[in-house]
Amino acid sequence: MKKLLSLLIASTLIIGSLTACSGGQDKPSTGNGDAKEVKIGINYELTGDVASYGNASVDGILMAFDEINAAGGINGMQIVPVKIDNKSDSAEATSVATRLMTQEGVVASLGPATSGNFMATIPVAMGSKIPVISASATADKGVTTDDKGNVNDFVFRLCFNDSFQGVTMANFASGNLSAKKAVIIKDNSSDYGKGLAENFRATFEAAGGTIVAEEGYVGKDKDFNAILTKIKGQEFDVIFIPGYYQEAGLIIKQARDLGIKAPVLGADGFDSPVLLELAGPEALNDVYFSNHYSSLDQDPKVQDFIAAYKAKNNVDPNAFNALGYDLGQYIADAIKRANSTDPVAIKDALADTKGFAGVTGTFDMGEDHNPIKSAVVIGLENGVQKTSVKVDPK
Amino acid sequence: MEQFLQQMVNGISLGSIYALIALGYTMVYGIIKLINFAHGDVYMIGAYIGFAATTFAKLGFFPALIIAMLASAALGILIEKVAYKPLRNSTKIAVLITAIGMSFLLEYVMMFFVGAEVRSYPKVLSDASFNLGNVVINMQQIYIVVTAIVLMIILQYIINKTKIGKAMRAVSADKDAAQLMGIQVDTTISFTFAIGSALAGAGGVLVGIYYNSIDPLMGMMPGLKAFVAAVFGGIGSIPGAMIGGLSIGIMETLVSGYGNSMYRDAFVFAILIVILIIKPAGILGKNTKEKV
Repeated sequence: MKKLLSLLIASTLIIGSLTACSGGQDKPSTGNGDAKEVKIGINYELTGDVASYGNASVDGILMAFDEINAAGGINGMQIVPVKIDNKSDSAEATSVATRLMTQEGVVASLGPATSGNFMATIPVAMGSKIPVISASATADKGVTTDDKGNVNDFVFRLCFNDSFQGVTMANFASGNLSAKKAVIIKDNSSDYGKGLAENFRATFEAAGGTIVAEEGYVGKDKDFNAILTKIKGQEFDVIFIPGYYQEAGLIIKQARDLGIKAPVLGADGFDSPVLLELAGPEALNDVYFSNHYSSLDQDPKVQDFIAAYKAKNNVDPNAFNALGYDLGQYIADAIKRANSTDPVAIKDALADTKGFAGVTGTFDMGEDHNPIKSAVVIGLENGVQKTSVKVDPK
Repeated sequence: MEQFLQQMVNGISLGSIYALIALGYTMVYGIIKLINFAHGDVYMIGAYIGFAATTFAKLGFFPALIIAMLASAALGILIEKVAYKPLRNSTKIAVLITAIGMSFLLEYVMMFFVGAEVRSYPKVLSDASFNLGNVVINMQQIYIVVTAIVLMIILQYIINKTKIGKAMRAVSADKDAAQLMGIQVDTTISFTFAIGSALAGAGGVLVGIYYNSIDPLMGMMPGLKAFVAAVFGGIGSIPGAMIGGLSIGIMETLVSGYGNSMYRDAFVFAILIVILIIKPAGILGKNTKEKV
């Protein structure tokens, strides 16, 4: 009954947004008449399931904007962020994108943080011809390229994709941990979990390993004892959990409670302080996950960012903060190079980025609008980040 | 064999929680023939009250459990007075739709106030575990099962041995006749809502402590599964709800453990369909024929 109702609401929203975006093309898409300020949309998950990612990204973006505005803005224009909550819901993300592009007059829109929600904004961006950029939408398919493999002109991202993370973690398991047998427990309700699991399996098997079991769960599950008891009876060296922190935290806790001591591997979905709250420090040993940045990196750029962030917020920045910060700098850099607030000129400048030096690494924007950058694998000890290994793209 | 025993331990702890929620469904159905879809959300609010009691007031397990049960009982009475009582003479479908509306209202009002982010309980119960052979039993699992059993025994006592319990049974059997015999029907219905909601609130606290993760939409799935459990056991029947809850918990665990974890939820809802086709009254349900 509830499903039916939410389906109904979702379809009304989609229809609403479709009509809105076809109407939006006739309007002038920039609302910056006097060019003293430039509006940039922020379409993020400020509440809802993945609010932790959304809020962290927005903190980073706003920190970058504040720094740029304090230093005189972009070519004399002050950045005005237009921040709207998409409630971690993809139908809502579409309507927020429509509102930003047709009513608020933004020149570009940042976010959402997760792939599913970001994809929901792509048709609006392509229709309105206004660039959308996500710092953390890592899905392989359907983001910067459509299903035929053509590049979505107005869509960019600042992070590597899932296949790279899946490959990285499989290589880490067989190389650094000398694992031969692995178990996968995947979030079966997200493209993210399924994509990572697929790539991990392919790479791990190609390196001579075997996947002894592949189990699935759906988002919001709380009881994983049945799955864990089942795999406990099998022999394996590592557990790979492609999923988000809410469930991964509980899986790790329940696994350790059942006496499963094998190392746990994951991806950037683990990167949230909530993981530690849910699993507790004792459970978070021998846990490794791939990430976009590590606070252990001694690069002065990274250390400066950490110091500045800490001075402002009193906590260490996580990867979403860092990605958000880079995203804010990246869009400002593109507007500066385009020397225009025309969304099409900004899109060309975004595509034409070479050697952008960010906190999450230096990258060139690739042909397919994916950056060419490296990943880090972070190791936890009692819930605290202790080790980090850099992995370059091949 | 060890694995099977371990799965039974998992299934019984999960099933006890379904049973606690299912009891509320079945009691309310028994007395006013309403499927109270907001019941799963009372369970969620119980979990949040327990969270507030343990985190902010720094109370221990038992005080927090009792506060959550009392507050949930009050909420249950309030829901009945505000949403269902004015509709008591309306069509069944009107009340059912109101129940769904109530469910959404509780979920999103709660989300507005506490945010959608998951929260974790402070450690109020030892999570030490001990081994029986190779079977690992967590102290928290024992607390869950023992609390559930104690609450169910108290419930049986209230229903079968007290005056208000007799009144509940009388109203359930025939509301009009009960009224003619001088039973205060409104009070009895309020009391039923209070008890059912208190049990759901207790379930919420137990889940919060055991899984260490609560969120405003946590009541949806367990609420639906408890509903299946109530139907499976025979809706309206109290022992049926207990048996149904435990059976659904155990079956779900066995499907994950020996079958495919991807089909777990599909299996539970398939049971609902099968039971409605084969034995609509459920395992322990009364097989009464509707008189025309």
